[in-house]
Amino acid sequence: MSLLRVENLNLAIGAVPILRNVSFGCTAGRITGLIGESGSGKSMTAYAITRLLPKGAVAGGHILLDGSDLLAKSEREMCALRGDDIGLVFQEPMTALNPVKTIGAQVAETVRLHRGATRAEAAHIARDTLNRVGLPAAQFPLNRYPHELSGGQRQRVVIAMAIALRPRLLIADEPTTALDVTTQAGILRLLKKLVAEDGMGLILISHDLGVVADMADDLVIMRHGEVVESGPTAQVFAAQAHPYTRALIRASAHQPTRDAHSGDVPLLEVQNLVRDYALPRASLFAAPGRFRAVNDVSFTLRKGENLGLVGESGCGKSTLTRAILGLEAAQGGTIAINGAPVLAGQKMPAALRRHLQVVFQDPYASFNPRHRVARLVAEPFHLLADAPRGAERAQAVAEALESVGLGAADASRYIHEFSGGQRQRIAIARALIARPELIILDEAVSALDVSIRAQILDLLADLSARFGLSYLFISHDLHVVRKITDRVMVMQAGKIVESGATEAVFAAPQHPYTAALLAAAPHLNIEAHDEALV
Amino acid sequence: MRLAPLLIGLCLVGLFTALALISLVWTPYDVQILEISNKMKPPGGANWLGTDHFGRDILSMIMVGGQVSIAVAVVAVGMGMGLGVPLGLAAAARRGGLMDELIMRGNDLVFAFPALLIAILITAIFGPSAINAIIAIGIFNIPVFARMSRGAALELWTRDFILAARVAGKGPVRISAEHILPNIANLLIVQGTIQFSLAILAEAALSYVGLGAQPPTPSWGRMLADSQTLASLAPHLVLAPGLSIVAMVLGLNMLGDALRDALDPRLNRAAK
Amino acid sequence: MAVYTARRLVLLILSLFVASLVIFAAIEVIPGDPASFMLGINARPDTVAALRAEMGLDQPLVARYAAWMGGMLTGDFGLSYTYRTPVVDMVVGRMWVSIPLATYALALSTLIAFPVGIIAAARRGGWADKSIMGATQLGIAIPNFWFAVIMVHIFAIKYGWFRAGGFPGWDEPLQALRALTLPAIVLALPQAAILARIMRSGLIDTLEADFMRTARAKGRTARGALWHHALRNAMIPVLTILGLQFSFLLAGAIIIEEVFFLPGLGRLIFQAISQRDLIVVESVVMLLVFAVIMLTFLVDLAYAWVDPRLRRRNV
Repeated sequence: MSLLRVENLNLAIGAVPILRNVSFGCTAGRITGLIGESGSGKSMTAYAITRLLPKGAVAGGHILLDGSDLLAKSEREMCALRGDDIGLVFQEPMTALNPVKTIGAQVAETVRLHRGATRAEAAHIARDTLNRVGLPAAQFPLNRYPHELSGGQRQRVVIAMAIALRPRLLIADEPTTALDVTTQAGILRLLKKLVAEDGMGLILISHDLGVVADMADDLVIMRHGEVVESGPTAQVFAAQAHPYTRALIRASAHQPTRDAHSGDVPLLEVQNLVRDYALPRASLFAAPGRFRAVNDVSFTLRKGENLGLVGESGCGKSTLTRAILGLEAAQGGTIAINGAPVLAGQKMPAALRRHLQVVFQDPYASFNPRHRVARLVAEPFHLLADAPRGAERAQAVAEALESVGLGAADASRYIHEFSGGQRQRIAIARALIARPELIILDEAVSALDVSIRAQILDLLADLSARFGLSYLFISHDLHVVRKITDRVMVMQAGKIVESGATEAVFAAPQHPYTAALLAAAPHLNIEAHDEALV
Repeated sequence: MRLAPLLIGLCLVGLFTALALISLVWTPYDVQILEISNKMKPPGGANWLGTDHFGRDILSMIMVGGQVSIAVAVVAVGMGMGLGVPLGLAAAARRGGLMDELIMRGNDLVFAFPALLIAILITAIFGPSAINAIIAIGIFNIPVFARMSRGAALELWTRDFILAARVAGKGPVRISAEHILPNIANLLIVQGTIQFSLAILAEAALSYVGLGAQPPTPSWGRMLADSQTLASLAPHLVLAPGLSIVAMVLGLNMLGDALRDALDPRLNRAAK
Repeated sequence: MAVYTARRLVLLILSLFVASLVIFAAIEVIPGDPASFMLGINARPDTVAALRAEMGLDQPLVARYAAWMGGMLTGDFGLSYTYRTPVVDMVVGRMWVSIPLATYALALSTLIAFPVGIIAAARRGGWADKSIMGATQLGIAIPNFWFAVIMVHIFAIKYGWFRAGGFPGWDEPLQALRALTLPAIVLALPQAAILARIMRSGLIDTLEADFMRTARAKGRTARGALWHHALRNAMIPVLTILGLQFSFLLAGAIIIEEVFFLPGLGRLIFQAISQRDLIVVESVVMLLVFAVIMLTFLVDLAYAWVDPRLRRRNV
């Protein structure tokens, strides 16, 4: 007997249809994975079930929880259901908690709202629930504020609020997308444990096939507001009945074709790099502490080499990048480009800097929205003393755009006219135009959907071969790093704990941290049936 | 986007600006000539808005008075913007540094002196004049623009496109001019409109208490002060300048709100 | 919290010191000698010199600043140039009109603005919101002294509900309050319009925050979520404006006192300006600036009370 049945759910915001004939079910004690790329309507489906839709959204069809239609209920009845029978967990743990209330009060609130419990009873239940989600009383007393917790800990608080009253249905919307792999693994284990203990149904929404494949008993695959395929996970993966399912699996497992072409000539040499931050004073009379974000890091990147740098948030990989790019002062060490050393922290001369370029993670924040593409792409010419002008410059911009698969005509458009994937191509064109030898790719494909990611990885592999480019490929995603690099370095707490040939490190990690990272990373171990195109 | 507030705002501001401009070359009557025999006429007839206790034509005085109000506001807001924006951008470019700290503490200090107190101090020193009003309101506007542009610029400095510009070897001055300023221009226009309306109000208040424009120059605030005791005898003397101020300020505020909606100064949304 | 408070306290003292320097310097650059001004053009040079010595004007700048500051701190503001009476006596009496007036107006403006702003935010887009926004738009545009003139005309002269002006003193508290009510309303309404708009936009921003969705997911009604989660978060911008408003209200009170013939600091200072009684101007300006800086300090402390993040961070 299904706990939840969604039948022919239709949803439109104004005149724009968002969901069309969405039907699926969720059974008590089982995990239903809801998969789709951005714009597939998976989150909107969750909001429709909880009736927390944006203004102007109109839903049709039936959503049956234990046989009674949620779409027919009054707002008052829905308020009684939310938090009691239906729990919700969101993507952004950093902002999902009220910053001015203690975590204890926020968890107890669910109890007090629905059970009319006294303050003491509610606090007692809150304490028990926080213990259940792995926040023991010793380190996490009820009077902690959200800003005193890490992202993973906050997500545990959000989960505690959602499960305090042991709801029958829990909906988790990308609950681990904003978290590190090891934290993600912990949260997923917790959710699985709670489903087993309480016998609730869990709808796990994600864009990441790898995350869901390990967890879900049933799969629902969505695209453009429609369900393209659904059924028990093993069956869906065995049959791969729909071409989109095949394409999705293929894109997740996609391996760009590339040949290693690294020589032995060093291009970038980093020696004993140190970067300290001053910490705020802990008390009135204590001297401010220091935090060593990059601790005595040394490595060499050879010409033509693709070097990976892997680590979780806060490990110092972004700080290291900024120090190499000469954007932030360093407290010690040297950086040499083509043998010409620069004392870390000193202004890097343009003649050296021109050999370095960078592509950032967020394709939306990477461009000045007021400039046209031609001006955006040509910005690194500022580094060249003999930068081309006039028609020559336009020609160079056109060539750069063409080399990333865009057209010369795109030069006169504004950035908001492009999609996320296209913007990332423009970012690569900008990095290419001054003919650098090294491009630092700082989580450059992390924000992209899997199908787009596969295309960009192909492009990067192709450009590296064509122009003899070296990459420093920085990512939290081990599987992406494995696909595109020759060598890999693993960074933890400001230090490089392991480095070596990519395949060797992945096959037999020497450092326990590397092993832990590899074990935590969700991975899809399924072959696509054919070469279906997205 | 709703057009009505924009149009009404434009009409009101345009009307008073046009009247003030026309008064530079022509007014229905000469406001410098007193004609006591013609005093306290109610609106209508030869004097559309009536005459005051010296027999001067109210409409002509409103037109000329607009000159002072608008000129004071334009120069004062221009001064606040011209000094405040570069200070704010400099503070943001050197965020966390000594320069940032100095600029922001200086701002706090100026904030502790309301425009009226600055005007009082200046008047105590140099005696009353319209220039005092400009300086007092202008000084008051500097920290407003400095804070606003620093806040918006700080947010922009964290953006990747600024990092990209730095990787391209551009310095803080160039980045502020090329990347920061164009992206806060919308905010500046909207804030400028609002400050302009506040400046009109402040000028009127200063003139009202005798710290602004001096006789015989008519200004809206002075006209109110002169006619206050006559309110029960000739209400039009009080209503005409008061309603002019209300209409001008209302128009500016409506214009500011409409521009805010149209230009959408939320930088995040502009980028996405 | 201790670090935060200590930092604010240092800033407070520093601001007061720099502000006093600015005011002292401003008065110092004024051409003309107060002693000869007080004694008139025909005074004999030795009388002027004697008076200069008596007033301490022959001392070097630093000593005079120290004497002035020391006097301010111990309650000795010096002698009025015009009346030869202690400035402190003149100021203290007047303060008991201006500060109650500004406080009264602040209370009224808060009492009006909070409910109005909350209603507008809760019903945003609805007719209640639209009419409130229209009314506040008008409220901001009206100069308060003009509004005062009209209010006096209608409610004091025509209907006789309030006194048209003057102040009976605090011996009769009810009469005194009655005398201050119309001025306070006039001062409060435009400020209430501004405050209501800030309250509304602060609340609307907060209503869009992720944690509001969390509150709804717990089963809070839209209204419950607004009361229990949005309000305190929306207070942060409101507090900033509230602090600024008191300084505007003090300045505004000075002008409104002119309309209502109230014997407050405003009338004192304008009189002093016309009589070039600079020591009175200097003292009153310093007092008002002191009030504003103190208030900023209190607002900063209130921030930390509202926002627990500030208690630990070094802001």
